[in-house]
Parts: sequence; structure tokens; C-alpha cells
Amino acid sequence: MNVLVCIKRVAMVGARIVVTPDGQEIDTKQLGFTVSPHEECAVEEAVRIVERLGGTVSVLTLGPSEASEQLRDAAAIGATHLVHLKTDGREFDPIATAQAIVEVVHQLEAVSGTYDLILFGNEAPDTGDYQVGIRVAHSLDRPCVTGVKNLEVAETSARARREFRGGDELFELDLPCVLTVKEGINLPRYPSLPGRMRAKKAVIEEFEPVWQASLVVKEGLRVPNVTRERAEILGTGVDAVPALLALLEQIGVLS
Amino acid sequence: MTSMSDTTSRARAVIVGAGIVGNSLACHLARLGWRDLILADKGPMPNPGGSTGHASNFIFPVDYSKMMTQLTDDSTRQYKELGVFTESGGIEIARTDNRRQELRRRASAATAWGVPHRLLSPEEVQELVPYVDTEFIMEGLYFPTVGVVDSLRAGTLMREEAQASGALEVRANTEILGIDLSEDLKSVRAVRTSSGTIETEVVAICCGVWSPRIAQMAGASIPLTPIVHQMISVGPIELFADTLGEISYPIIRDMDTNMYERQHGGDMEVGSYAHRPIIVRPDEIPSIEQSVLSPTEMPFTQEDFDPQLEEALELMPSLLGNEKAGVRYAINGLISMTPDGHPVLGETPEVKGLWSVAASWIKEGPGIARAVAQWMNGDVPDIDLHEADIARFYPHQRTRDHVTARARESFNKMYGIVHPMEQWESQRPTRRSPVFEQEWGLGAVFFETVGWERPYWYDGNDELLEKYSDQVVVRNGEWESRWWSPIISAEHLAMREHCGLVDLSAFVVFDITGPGALDVLQALCVAQMNVAVGRVIYTSLLDERGGFKSDLTIMRLGTQWFRVVTGGSTGMTEKKWFADHLPEDGSAQLSDLTSAWTTFGLWGPRARDVLQACTDDDVTNEGFAFGTCRTIELGGVRVLASRISYVGELGWEIYVPIEEGAIVWDTLFQAGQEHGLIPVGIGVYATTGRLEKGYRAFGNELTADYNLVEAGMARPTVKKANFVGREAYLAQREQDPVARLCTLTVDDHRSSSGTLRYMLGGEPVLSLDGELLVDEKGRPSYVTSAGSGPSVGQHILLAYLPVANAQQGTKLQVEYLGERYPVTVAIVGSTPLFDPENERVRS
Repeated sequence: MNVLVCIKRVAMVGARIVVTPDGQEIDTKQLGFTVSPHEECAVEEAVRIVERLGGTVSVLTLGPSEASEQLRDAAAIGATHLVHLKTDGREFDPIATAQAIVEVVHQLEAVSGTYDLILFGNEAPDTGDYQVGIRVAHSLDRPCVTGVKNLEVAETSARARREFRGGDELFELDLPCVLTVKEGINLPRYPSLPGRMRAKKAVIEEFEPVWQASLVVKEGLRVPNVTRERAEILGTGVDAVPALLALLEQIGVLS
Repeated sequence: MTSMSDTTSRARAVIVGAGIVGNSLACHLARLGWRDLILADKGPMPNPGGSTGHASNFIFPVDYSKMMTQLTDDSTRQYKELGVFTESGGIEIARTDNRRQELRRRASAATAWGVPHRLLSPEEVQELVPYVDTEFIMEGLYFPTVGVVDSLRAGTLMREEAQASGALEVRANTEILGIDLSEDLKSVRAVRTSSGTIETEVVAICCGVWSPRIAQMAGASIPLTPIVHQMISVGPIELFADTLGEISYPIIRDMDTNMYERQHGGDMEVGSYAHRPIIVRPDEIPSIEQSVLSPTEMPFTQEDFDPQLEEALELMPSLLGNEKAGVRYAINGLISMTPDGHPVLGETPEVKGLWSVAASWIKEGPGIARAVAQWMNGDVPDIDLHEADIARFYPHQRTRDHVTARARESFNKMYGIVHPMEQWESQRPTRRSPVFEQEWGLGAVFFETVGWERPYWYDGNDELLEKYSDQVVVRNGEWESRWWSPIISAEHLAMREHCGLVDLSAFVVFDITGPGALDVLQALCVAQMNVAVGRVIYTSLLDERGGFKSDLTIMRLGTQWFRVVTGGSTGMTEKKWFADHLPEDGSAQLSDLTSAWTTFGLWGPRARDVLQACTDDDVTNEGFAFGTCRTIELGGVRVLASRISYVGELGWEIYVPIEEGAIVWDTLFQAGQEHGLIPVGIGVYATTGRLEKGYRAFGNELTADYNLVEAGMARPTVKKANFVGREAYLAQREQDPVARLCTLTVDDHRSSSGTLRYMLGGEPVLSLDGELLVDEKGRPSYVTSAGSGPSVGQHILLAYLPVANAQQGTKLQVEYLGERYPVTVAIVGSTPLFDPENERVRS
């Protein structure tokens, strides 16, 4: 079983996000970097599948040279093959990203065979485009399910479950296929110290993806004004009932 | 609805910062009876996000500094009282021969401070800590009383105690916006916060890494910098699964790799001081909202920690190498670092009522808080804090460049083997004497004191080694020959035979003038200051308990004009002490003339010949008596000559306007050639010359823990005028002292390996059966100063001994680098070994 997981390096932000003075980027001076929880789960899922069925876990990222850190983080928990589509720092939009990934997948598959499974996080944690996984699947002409919260993989097929309007949807797919997974599909492990040591020494295969201008042009970033809600204690116990009723009446939910 | 920020309240004191220090300080002030205290923190309780919140919380009880050891000891006692201390034991590990020697040196310090300890073989280490690999261990030093504390809980308990007593109001989520000063900008008037203005005369800054920012609001400086200490937590550890409580195995300090490994519940915490120094500016610390964890738990930088992983793994392969144990938590934790490694405590010299209680580890927090609370209360702290006094810093030491450079340099020495004389490399030279070029040309080996470059000895004097080869002791022990040269002894002998010229530019010089000047000095000095104009007085200054505050010399230059001269390392603290005691009516002023005057010492039997060759003024014994000073002409320059000596020789301290320093040096140097004059370094001035004469040094012999009677410095009478500490001093004189300062000599220097070894100071003094000497007040005996005495042919040690042992001829032992050496009490009291009648200085 050969699994490829695609991840994206993003800033780890706290409750308040600071934008650079030119309004184009998140100010990352004091920030660490990570991948999204969805992607952490995708890597974990891949490692578990391969632990059960044998095979390889490849992890791919498209990003600046520092994104190798995120590849090594993945290696620390069990990824065996690291692929870096090294950018010059310019942002790739979902179309360019998907195209670059597809090109590299073709090249890699030409050498070591088809990936049975390509996993993505459900959406990028920063831009939230929800596109790259679907575009890659479409280009590769492989079946795709998004938002997967439960996955069972056999030698030639997969059963993927996702939440949908209060219920579950269950899909059965033939391999190879593309899946985008959501946080909660598993509880990712922490990297062990020996894992860290292996990650430090892991070899990263590098590619130079071709940037292309986006159809959508970013004007800038703005942090919305968040008004801090304050809780008011109306009273405790029975004494609170009149105030509560008054409030419910005021907001019009009592008839 | 009125906003909170419109309200104004009043407080006796505002404590800023609710970490371990701020909470403890609130508690101790309340215990001292302070009321109307406000504790404000911009973060939430109980963990507002400062360094206390991510501390590793373990306490090793030993430090080479007595102050730090005492602060840790007091803190531990307080943590135990609060029920938040768990004893685990701790082991420092040596992987190298040098470290084995260092462990023995630490063991000696532990002996001196009465801390239980035991050297362990690798197998014995493994018996206590089964998961270490003995292959990488040469030796261990076990401290059974090491423990861990819950510092957040301790802070909460102390804060709640102060609240329960009605003394304290706590304001969480309250940011300090500004500090308002009085009209003359000299004292605190109010603190502006996000929850309103608080009128107060006292603000205590307990903000750890943020402290410089808060101080700056009042125009004051707290010289510290935030710096990163990396820590990871690995778990779950199978071995720890069945252990009860937080810790069951001794903490390991893997000294040679700059790391520690400490059980924390089911995890193993691995901390490092080995990575590159990562400095963060106080204004770059992210806000609480911006932070993912907390402001002081910054994002982990894996690549900095990577090299340490291997070393941790090789020491604990089975435990940390388990694939099932993961790195669950990893931070770049912010801690405070100061230019000299000591905390920054006390009222700021810039602003009255603005106190710094900063740069404390968990292990000192409650002890520091208790001592500073006493200080704020106007009492003498139970622990002598002079090494940590914020007033100690010179302007250059408060600069951002200096603070960061020294923090960067000292970070990787946290677990380092640091020689007591080890020199800094960064920020040098900063302060140059006017004869720096001349000294350079003479082969000066410069040591730094508070920024000044001082020749410690002159390599150019090496030809004297041959001349004095029968008296100069060469040291074969590597440790005591570091930062030392036998040339010091040769210079000493040449000075005693002919004469020497010593650059004393690091002296601090300030004048006290005005109609109230005499009263100021009388009120602070033990010695009678109402003396004739032209007299030079050596005097002690005491605290209210009669402990030593300072010792210095004062020249009376006019009826309303006194010149105070003191050492560079203590000068700024003393300046504040004097300034704090100036009368409010302005009848006396202090002017700091340190940068206006340079000083040279000209001493030795031929000193008069040299001086007379340069001046027409009368410098005969009749014309210029010992203990007097006056202005003379010296080769076209008017200089202030003062006939005193710290090396026990005939001679003068010569005070010269700094721009004329070079010409005066040249004049004396040239005239001295036919009299055998040589340049002499501070090695002679501060050690060999001083110790042969039994002169006491502040910080070594003269500390707040001892008094004039014990130091053998009590005079036959006490002046009538009142002075700080007089009452205590009178009471001390009425009682028999329980300890006396003695001069000891070493009977046999031979170590077990046959090398002759020479102590450097700090060593414990033991009875012949190996028991540490402790006096009736519980004070252990240790060597306060040590050094060669080339003219007396002895290695000289000073130590306070319990009266029972303070008898001339008593045989004792000192422990040095793990071995014991026989010593004899040579002198009890202040009689010098060299020239006991003091004929030379009066010749």
C-alpha cells in the first residue's frame, strides 16, 4: 500500500492575528509554524494504514524552503519519503497548487508506481479554499471523497464515511483514490525521540514547481473587529427566573 | 454605566506581576503588617502567563554564592510550609575528567553551606536512577534534599493568605498603562492601569521578563533580558505509569551536555541550556491574545534542540528511546538573564518608591520576596542581598547592548565550569584608564571590573621571575593556575623591595559638600569624621543591625568638603546609600567625580624617593604624615596625594584629573626607573599585598553577617555622634563574640596525587575529625579570601572561626576540590603576618 499525503505549512496563530504593515500577510515574527489538524490526522491515518498493510508513506508539501520542517515533523511520526515542491515564497493559488502536485505525482508514479491513496486535509487552514484535493483527483481522474471522518482501507478498495446533514454518508471506492480527511478521524500520535532522530536525517526529494498568476487577486488582509462579548449574571437559582423570562421575551422567543 | 477606568483608588503599595515573586511579596508584606496592597497582573489568575507558569520547578540547593544558597534554602523552607514541596533527590553527572573535578568543587561548596551530598559511582547512580546508561557516566554528585515544587499553587496560597487577612486586593486582567511620578520626577505618585488609577508611593515590579518595560514607564531601568530556555516533555513513560505523585526518581543534571532530565508525572521533562542563545527583546514578547500557549511559552524551534536529542538518548536509551513515548509538549520558554547572573532587587536608584524584584528563579522566589519585603519595610533583610542590589549597575551595564551581550555569553555557561576569576569576552574594552596604552605596551594582562580594564599583572615583568625564583611559588595545579600568573608574586616582591605603580582608575570617587556634609558622614560612618582638614579616614559603614554595609576611605578636603573613595565593584551601591541619606533641606550634595579623577598607587620603600624626584613639595615623613592628604605639584600637574596604603607599604594614592593621568604616570614612571619602580597589577593590590597585611575586603570578610568585633576591627572607643548601626555596635562590644576572623596558613599543600595545591577561597573549614566548623549563631566557617603571601612564604587564608577554634596554633583542615589539607591558625584578629608593627606604612 503506497500512500501520499499532501500538507501545507501555515502559521500557528493565537486568538489575535497580527497583519503585516502592508496588509498582505500575517505577521509571523513571533509565530511558530505547523500544518492543520486535518493534515496531522491525514499523516497519522496514512501511517496507521501502512503499519497494518505494509507499504510506504510519502508526504508532499508545496511551500518555501522552511516547509521542510513540516515534512520532517511528518517523518518523525512515520513518513518514509519526503517530497518538497520548493517555492520562492510566492503564494500558489489552488489551481497552481493542484497542477504542480499533479505534475510531481506523475513523475513520482512513473518511477515507483501508482499511489493507492492520496490524502489531503479537508481544507487549507489559512486560505480555506477546499479545492486542491478535488482538483488533483479530477486531474488524475481518480475517485474522490471529501470530509472523511472514518476510513477503512483494504488491498484494493476503501470505505470512507463522512458526516452529512446530521447523518453519515458511506462511500465505497476502488483504489487508487483521493480522500480529504477531517480532524477527528484519529488521534495523531506525538513524535518519539527516535522518530525525531530519524526525521533529522531523512532525505527530502525536491522539485521546482511552476508558479502561475492567480485568477483571483488578493487585495489584502484585514482582521475583523471582534467585539468581546461579556457575560452578565442575571441572578442565581429561582431569583433569576423573572430576569430570564424578561430577557427571553425581549429577544422574542416567547409567544 | 461608568467604566472601571474612571475610578481612582489608593494603595500602600502596588505589586505588579502575579508570578511566584509577586504573590510571595504580597504575602510577606501582609505578614509584616502592610495593608491596602494591590496585586495587578495583565493576565488571568492563577496562571497569568509569565515564566512561573512554565517553570520546571525543581530546586537544587547549592550555589557558589552564599546569598543564592541562602535564598534557595529559605524558599525551600517556605515551599515546605505551604505543603507544595516533594523531595526527589537530584544527581549532577560528570561525563569528563574536568567535570569530576568540578563536582568535587561543588561538593566542597555544599560542605561549606551545610548541604547534604554524596559522590556516587556510575553504578550507584544507576541504583537510584535505573534508566541511565552507566557507559556515559564517570561520576555523580547526589543531593538527597533536591525537590520539586508546585510554584503556581504556592503563589495562589500566598496570594490567598494575603487576601484573607484583608491586606490585599487582587486585580487580574489588569494592564499597567503608566507610572506617574512626583513633580520633581524623583518618586512614585500613582500607577495607571486598565482598571483605573491607583495612587501610591510604592510600586514593586515583579514582572520577570517584562520588568524592563514596566520600569521604563517610570524612566528607570531594570537590566535584564528575556532569553529562551528550551524544554520538551516526553511521554507516556511506561516506567512512570505506576509511580505515585509527581516525581519518584531523582532529577538528573547532565552537566556536560547542559541538560536536565526530570520526571513530571507520567512524562520526562528534558530541558536544555546547550542551544544557541536566543534573545528576545522585552517589547517583542507577544501579547496574551497573540500567543498560542502563553506569552512566555514561545514556539519551539526544533533545529535548535536537535543536537541535544542524541545526548539525551544516549544517557537514557531505553526510557527516552521508546517509540511509544512522544514529545507531547515543547516550548521555547522565556526566562530572565542579567549581566552578572544575579537577581535585580531593591529600590531603583532613579525613582524613590519604585522597587525591582526581578530575575528570580523558582528556587529563590519566596526567599527573595521575604527578604525584599523586610527591606521595603525599612528593616535589614535577614539575607545579605548586596550582590543582587539593583543599585550595583553602572550606566553602561544598563544598556541594551551590554545586557544582551553578557546574557548571550553566559547562557551556555549555565551548567558550565566557571572559574571564579573567569573573564568576560564581550563588551570589552568599555572603560579605559588614561594609561591604557602605556599598560598595553608594558604587557598588561587586563581583567575587567565593572567595565574598567585593569592590569592584573604585566607579562613585561616576567624577568623578575628569575630574580625572585627562590620566593615565587609556581602552581602546578591547573585549576588554581588559571587566570593567574607567578608574575603577580614577583611584582609583589619587587614592590616590597623597591616600589610599584598601580593603576587604580576603577575607584569610585564622590564628593559630599555643603554645610550639612559633616552631619551626613557622621551619621553613616563608624569612624570619627569631625577631623582636621587634610586627614584621610578609613571607615566602616554599618547597617542598623551592625552588619557591614561598606568600607571605604574619606578625605576631608575642607570644612564642608569630603571626598569619598571606594572600590569599583561596590561604588554604585554605596553612592545610593549616601544619596539616600542626604538631608531633604539640600544642605549637603553628592557629586560623582568618578569620571573626573584617575588614581595611581605609588607604594614601596622607595616610593618617597620617586615622588620627591617629581615634586618640590615636602613629602618627608614629617612634612607629609601617614593618614593625611593634600594637593601637591607633580611635574606640572596639581594632584591630590593621599598617604595611605592597601598593600602595607610607604606610599601614596595620587588623584589626578583624568586628562592629565597619562602625563603624571609617565613622569612617575620615568623618575622611578633609577629607584627600581615597576608597574604592579591588581593581583598584588587586591590579593597578595592585602592578605599579607590581613586587610579585610568588603563582600569577602566584611558582610552583613558579621560585625566589627568579630572582624577584629573594633576600636578602643566609639564616637559619641550617632550613626547607623551604633546601638547594635555598642551591644556587640558588650558581648563576647561567637566567632573571630583569623588568618590561617596551610601546613601541607600536597594532594593525594602529589601535586601541590593552592586554595582560592570559599573552601569549608573543618575540624581534624572532618566536621564543618559552625559557630553558635549557626554560621559555617569557610575561607573568605585566599592567596599567596610571597614575602611571608605562606599561602594565606582568612576565615571566621568559632571562638573555641579561634586560638593561635589550632590545627584544622580545609577541603579543596574534594581533598582535605591541614592548616594552622596563625593569627586571631587583625595583626598582619607581614610587618606586624605596621612600621612600613609609617616610615
